[in-house]
Amino acid sequence: MPGPTPDVDGDDTPANDDPDGGVRIDMISGARMEGLTGMEKIRLILDGVRDGNIVILEEGLSPDEESKLIEVTMTEISPDDFTGIEIETYPKAEAGDQSFLDKLMGRESTQKLTVIGPANRIETLHKDENLISTLVSRK
Amino acid sequence: MGLLTNLRDSISRVTDGLFAADDPKRIGIYGPPNAGKTTLANRIARDWTGDAVGPESHIPHETRRARRKEGVEIERNGRTVTIDIVDTPGVTTKVDYKEFLDHDMEKDDAVRRSREATEGVAEAMHWLREDVDGVIYVLDSTTDPFTQVNTMLIGIIESQDLPALILANKTDLPGSDVQQIANAFPQHETIPLSALEGDNMDEVYTKIAEYFG
Repeated sequence: MPGPTPDVDGDDTPANDDPDGGVRIDMISGARMEGLTGMEKIRLILDGVRDGNIVILEEGLSPDEESKLIEVTMTEISPDDFTGIEIETYPKAEAGDQSFLDKLMGRESTQKLTVIGPANRIETLHKDENLISTLVSRK
Repeated sequence: MGLLTNLRDSISRVTDGLFAADDPKRIGIYGPPNAGKTTLANRIARDWTGDAVGPESHIPHETRRARRKEGVEIERNGRTVTIDIVDTPGVTTKVDYKEFLDHDMEKDDAVRRSREATEGVAEAMHWLREDVDGVIYVLDSTTDPFTQVNTMLIGIIESQDLPALILANKTDLPGSDVQQIANAFPQHETIPLSALEGDNMDEVYTKIAEYFG
């Protein structure tokens, strides 16, 4: 069951406070995201990314949530502070396994590993249907 | 509750489609920055109305507000299709004002431009979710189409069941690779064109009439 708040680590310590300047990676399970609203998911992601963390979602976001993530990200960009996000998922496979009822009811299969990080710290080196290779830099 | 809401929305979409068939469709021109969206919008508007939609530029994010050209009547095969063209800002997940400094801009101008660009992208996403009936997705055929923005946007368009026409633009440039775009989105038809030179616009108009008429 997901926790009651969108705080990943559940404590008040500043994120990414490793004295060696390491990179913190939050791997968030599908179960953790399941009980959250779309906006809570976006807040959970952006709060982590704005702290300089890399966020990995086991099951990704729905297209509608991705659209809202872009929109909210844009509203939070500010010069010399936050330049946006880098996000990578595997390209969508053919949705041939969706049933007619699922399509009719608007239920979408969103299970796709998704990597999200600060735009100024994560760079995609290679991406294809089966491999995402990224370079993560320290602050 | 969610089940009933989804069912209601699905029925609403079907009935809206049935009863609003004769209204002009709002067609959003989407794509990444610098794909040639405004050049295409201007080409369509000039060909059929004589007016332009907005200024074109090689600097990214020249279009920072969605611009609508209403009542564009396109004649194909003896019938007329009326659409409203919505030229949208290029979609991205990041905007850094420092990139504008490379285009001989002062910092204040670059910061203002980046702020307007972020507002424009947010606006474009809102239009996509709420206010367009179909999408012309424009890609620069000289660049790699396998980007996250393209993957996400095509996914968003498909999830909304919007008719989508993919255009492989800039075929006049060396390095243009239309097949690469066709391979990236095999579930959609890809039409090559040069909006700048006006190459293959006849086929583009035929497809617009077919997809959005």
